[in-house]
Amino acid sequence: MTLLRIEDLSIRFPTRTGDIEAVRDISFSVGRERLAIVGESGSGKSQTGRAILGLTPAFAQVTAKRLEFDGIDLLKATPRLRRDLRGKRIAMILQDPKYSLNPVMRIGRQIVEALRAHENVGTREARERTLDMLAAVQIRDPARVFDLYPHEVSGGMGQRAMIAMMLIAGPELLIADEPTSALDVTVQLDILAILDRLVAERGMGLIFISHDLRLVSSFCDRVIVMYAGRVVEEIAASELSRAKHPYTQGLLNCMPSIDADRHPLPTLERRPEWLL
Amino acid sequence: MANVATAVEPGRRRKGVSAVVSAVLRFVVVGAVTFLGLLTVTFFIGRVVPIDPVLAIVGDRASASAVAAARQQYGLDLPLWQQFALYLKKALTGDFGTSVLSSNPVMQDILRVFPATLELATAGTLIGLFFGIPLGVLAAVKRDSLIDQIVRVIGLVGYSIPIFWLGLMGLLIFYAKLDWVAGPGRIDIAYEYTFTPITGLFLFDAAIQGEWAAFADIFSHIILPASLLGYFSMAYISRMTRSFMLNELAQEYIVAARAKGLRETRIIWGHALRNAAVPLVTVIALSYATLLEGSVLTETIFAWPGIGMYLTNSLQNADMNAVLGGTIVIGTVFIGLNLFADLLYRLLDPRTRA
Repeated sequence: MTLLRIEDLSIRFPTRTGDIEAVRDISFSVGRERLAIVGESGSGKSQTGRAILGLTPAFAQVTAKRLEFDGIDLLKATPRLRRDLRGKRIAMILQDPKYSLNPVMRIGRQIVEALRAHENVGTREARERTLDMLAAVQIRDPARVFDLYPHEVSGGMGQRAMIAMMLIAGPELLIADEPTSALDVTVQLDILAILDRLVAERGMGLIFISHDLRLVSSFCDRVIVMYAGRVVEEIAASELSRAKHPYTQGLLNCMPSIDADRHPLPTLERRPEWLL
Repeated sequence: MANVATAVEPGRRRKGVSAVVSAVLRFVVVGAVTFLGLLTVTFFIGRVVPIDPVLAIVGDRASASAVAAARQQYGLDLPLWQQFALYLKKALTGDFGTSVLSSNPVMQDILRVFPATLELATAGTLIGLFFGIPLGVLAAVKRDSLIDQIVRVIGLVGYSIPIFWLGLMGLLIFYAKLDWVAGPGRIDIAYEYTFTPITGLFLFDAAIQGEWAAFADIFSHIILPASLLGYFSMAYISRMTRSFMLNELAQEYIVAARAKGLRETRIIWGHALRNAAVPLVTVIALSYATLLEGSVLTETIFAWPGIGMYLTNSLQNADMNAVLGGTIVIGTVFIGLNLFADLLYRLLDPRTRA
């Protein structure tokens, strides 16, 4: 079943020196599966995620032949409807909990607020459900963390709180925008395991935005490779080694392997004709 | 599990109490040291200014023996360190000597004039806050819109027009031509002898005594100078609010707040402004402190018997006791407000709580 259907999505930022096309005519769809969007910085992968949520800055132009979530035309939806969708049906996890959690608000309150934005629940029930959610992201002492400020917890703990905050209203589609890039390698695996379990348990669709091909290939079902605002390759994660596009091949070749001693390591090639 | 939780709680509470105690102690020490510095500086200023305090008291025709007697009477023949010790002792008990000009104790004079300044400065700051913060927030949220332009113009005018000109224009239009407000002074002569000040904050005094006719008259006197100070305070506060808000609205936690589906009003007033409030506190405290120093120009134009006018008068008449006393009082208010702002800062930003 398809949750999200995108056809020819473009995002343009008008500037004094002319338009910048961050995303150019991309098309893909997501069901209740794990889709990875991979690309280097500036390839448009984050802007794609934000456009789905309707968080593109007001001065940017978003156009698409089709941008549908569960049959709802997102481009024609009222701001009110889009706000109701955010958090409730589509949610997003940001990169660095150090910046994405409000520094002057207790963690518990930030999660309670996300719940109460969508459901009319009392203070007591909101607290209970927040504590349950914190336990679900494997925080051992939820009652203590509930009363802590973001600066009082580690990055891994902060990202768990972030996941709890974004999942508490029970979204069907989760966009994770480089959710582990700001974390230590050991913590990354914990966070991925938590995400993995929750996405499977709740039968959510996941769009996993990353620049880490190897991570993505082991974690997701399908991979979209973006370059300069375009989708250059769409492939099943298991078949990544058979990628056709030279950019994807280049990315894969750049990864050193522990068994093979390769000198010099190939560097990434960027041909101007891919920009067209 | 429950046992563990209850075992942890008292420890946390004790840590909280000791944190408060140490914070208060630090405040007292910082305040005391700064205050001592203030007293030292004022003392030496009093020594180096080329005004002979004895000459100012006995006059320039006094005999040498009269001068010597006065010198002895005021302790000016003592070694400098003894003079300083005496000065500290008296200043700490609130004794700044007698004003040459009014022949009252300086402290008594200050207690009379300071409430006038306090009332005006507070009214001005409240007006500035009431309009400045919402304007600044709206300007930041609707950047480059009409309201943003208006805030910029208000800021520019507040920055570039001298307060005495605007004050005179205000008097000319609202008092002389339209007769909407009362003229200079704090209270009409009709009430001056029937009205008894208690705290010296006239609006407050009239209200608690139920003197509503006097209250209306006092209000009509204060509204123009307070609006004037309020305008300048608003110009400053709205400009700073706008820039702090722009900074906060660009942060990632705002994106996260939107992503979880919060209403825009909640994001702006509950998340962004709550964070912008942290630096704003310092800005507002300093702007309030500046007004509390007594705005000489405003007080002169509106014949407002405040500390700014008192100090200017004393200075022009070489009344050193009054000048130093006034300076110490203003300095103390400044230190106090700074400590208060620091305290608020800690309350508003959990990251600064050690």
